[in-house]
Amino acid sequence: MELVCPAGTPSALRAAADAGADAIYCGFANETNARNFPGLNFSADELSEGVAHAHRKGAKVLVAINTFARAGDVGLWKHAVDDAAACGADAIIAADIAVLDHAAANHPGTRLHLSVQAAANTPEAIRFYAEAFGVKRVVLPRVLTVPEIAALNREIDVETEVFVFGGLCVMTEGRCALSSYATGKSPNLTGVCSPPDHVDYREDENGQLLARLGGYTIDRFESGQAAGYPTLCKGQFSARGQTGYLFEDPVSLNAFELLDDLAKAGVTALKIEGRQRGKAYIAGVVGAFRRALDSLESGGDAGPAIAALNAFSEGGRQTSGSYKKTWR
Amino acid sequence: MSATEHSLSTPLELSLGPCLFNWSAERLLEFYRRIAAEAPVDRVYLGEVVCGKRMPFNDPVWPEAIDILEKAGKDVVLSTLAQPVNKRERQILREQAGYDLAIEINDMSMLPACSGREFAAGPLLNVYNEATLAFLAERGAVAWCPPVELPLDAIQKIAALVPQVEVELFAFGRLPLALSSRCYHARAHGLRKDSCQFVCDQDPDGMDVATLDGRSFLAANGIQTLSDACHFAGLASGHLQALGVRRLRLSPHTVDMVEVSGLFRRFLDGAIDAEEFETGLGALDLPGPLCNAYLSGEAGWKRTVIPA
Repeated sequence: MELVCPAGTPSALRAAADAGADAIYCGFANETNARNFPGLNFSADELSEGVAHAHRKGAKVLVAINTFARAGDVGLWKHAVDDAAACGADAIIAADIAVLDHAAANHPGTRLHLSVQAAANTPEAIRFYAEAFGVKRVVLPRVLTVPEIAALNREIDVETEVFVFGGLCVMTEGRCALSSYATGKSPNLTGVCSPPDHVDYREDENGQLLARLGGYTIDRFESGQAAGYPTLCKGQFSARGQTGYLFEDPVSLNAFELLDDLAKAGVTALKIEGRQRGKAYIAGVVGAFRRALDSLESGGDAGPAIAALNAFSEGGRQTSGSYKKTWR
Repeated sequence: MSATEHSLSTPLELSLGPCLFNWSAERLLEFYRRIAAEAPVDRVYLGEVVCGKRMPFNDPVWPEAIDILEKAGKDVVLSTLAQPVNKRERQILREQAGYDLAIEINDMSMLPACSGREFAAGPLLNVYNEATLAFLAERGAVAWCPPVELPLDAIQKIAALVPQVEVELFAFGRLPLALSSRCYHARAHGLRKDSCQFVCDQDPDGMDVATLDGRSFLAANGIQTLSDACHFAGLASGHLQALGVRRLRLSPHTVDMVEVSGLFRRFLDGAIDAEEFETGLGALDLPGPLCNAYLSGEAGWKRTVIPA
C-alpha cells in the first residue's frame, strides 16, 4: 500500500520525502485548497522545487485543489490546475465538478484523484466521477467500515485511498457548513474549518479557560490543563440536560491496527493527515508508518513502530473511528 | 417541472421542502392533508432525505400523500436520500429514479440513474458555481436549490450564467448544516446507531444543542446537524426576481406551516410589508430565533439587513 503524507510547507515536504513517503500531498497558498491557513502551502515555484526533490527521493507529489470554485471566478481554480500540471504534479486531488472537468479536458496526462471533499461513498457516485472525468483514485469519506470498504472495492475499478492517522473529521467532508454558520468561513468555500482569526480564549470567574469560536464558547479547560484548539465538532455542548463531547471526543484517528485489514479490503493508499503540522511531526509520523508498513510487509514485529505513533496523537487518545462498527 | 423563461411579472412560487425530521406516519399524513387543503404552496417535496432507517416507517405514507397533494393541484417532487451507504438504500434510489414522478437528487450517486431525465439538484449537493451547475444542466437538471451557505451574490451570478435552470432559494427553517456517519441522537441517548430505537422521533424539530455558556447553537437530527436559529429570506418579490430566484423553499417544522406559507405568500404579493411579515413570523412558535446572514455571506446565525 502506498503511504500518502501531508506537507504544509516546502520543509515538511522534504521531511516527508526523506522519511520514506511514497506520495506527498500539498496545495497552493490560496483558497483553492482545503487547508488555507496563514503561513502554509506552496507557491508555484516552491511546488516545482518540491516536485523535483520528491522525485529524486522516489516520491510522487499530489496537489490538492479541493475547495469548490467561487461563482463567477472559476478562473483561479483553473489556473491552479494549470500550474499544478506545469509544475510536474503526479496527480491533482479535486472535488468540484468544475475543477475536475477543466483538468480532464486540458490535462489528460495528469492523474485525477477524487478528494474526500466530494463525499463519494457509493459505487454509483465513484463510477460517475470515473466515467465523466477519468478519475483514477477516490479518497473515501470517513463514513465506511472496513467491510463496507471491501465491498465497495469489489464494485469499482478505481483505486481507493483512506485516512489512517491524524485529525478525525466526524462530519462527512464536503457536506459540513458548521464552520461557516459560526464564523462565515467555510471548508468548502474558503478552505478553512474553525478559522484561527475567529478563535479566542478567556478566563471565567472560576479561573477556568474558555475556548471560543465565533463568540460561541465550545470548550472549557481547568487551570493548568493544556488548552486544545476549539474545533467545532470536537467541542463540548449541552443537550438533553447533559454536557459533553456531543459530536466527538478530542481524539485522533489511528487506524494502525487495521492496516492488514485495509490491505485485504483492497485499499491502494493510506493517507496521513496534518498539513498544518511541523516538519518534526511529519518526520516522526511518516518514519514510524514507513517502519511499521515495512515490518508488516516483511512479516516482522511492528510493535515498536506502533508505540512510536502513540506519542503523536492529540491528547494521547486514539480511535479507529468509523472503520469499526462499534464506533458510537 | 420544466425550465422556461419567466418574465418579471411571473409571480414567485412557494415550495415546501422535504420534512427532515422523524415524524410518525400519522403526523406526516395529517400534515400533508392540511398542506394540500390550506397552504398556498405550489410545490411539495417529500420523501426521506436524512436517514434510510426511517424509510420502513414513512415510505408507506408517500403514495397517499402524493395523491392528496396532486389532487389539490400541487406539483409533487420526490426528494431522495442524502447519504446512501448500504445496498438496500442504493437499491431504493435506483427504483426511485425509475418512478414517473419529478425527482430531486441530494447525492451524486443519483446522477447516473437520473442523467437524461429532468431532475432538480438539491441543496445538499455541492453546487457552488456556474460551471458545475451547467454540467448538471447538460445532464437534465432543470431546477436547483443552492447550498444554504452560498451567498446571494454568488447565486445571482450563477443564475445569470445558467438561466435555463430554475433557482429555488432556501427561505425558511432551521438550516441543514452537516451530515455524518454517526447518529448524534443515538450517541446522546447512549445507544448505538444500529440499535438507535429511533429516538430522533422525540425531537420533531431536532434536538437542541447549546454552548457551554448556555447559548442555543445547533440542533441534532439523527446523522444530520441543523442550526438552532430559524433562517428566513425576507426579500421582496422584485428583489428576488432581480437575483434570478424563481421559487422560495420553506422547510417543514412543527410551527403552523400554513401560517408560515400564508405570510410568505402575502409578503411576496405585496399584501403586507416587510415589517408586518417579520412581526407575523416572530409571533409564531418558531424553532429558534430568526437569522438570515448567510444571504449576505456572513456567519449564518446572525441577523442582518440585506441591502435591497
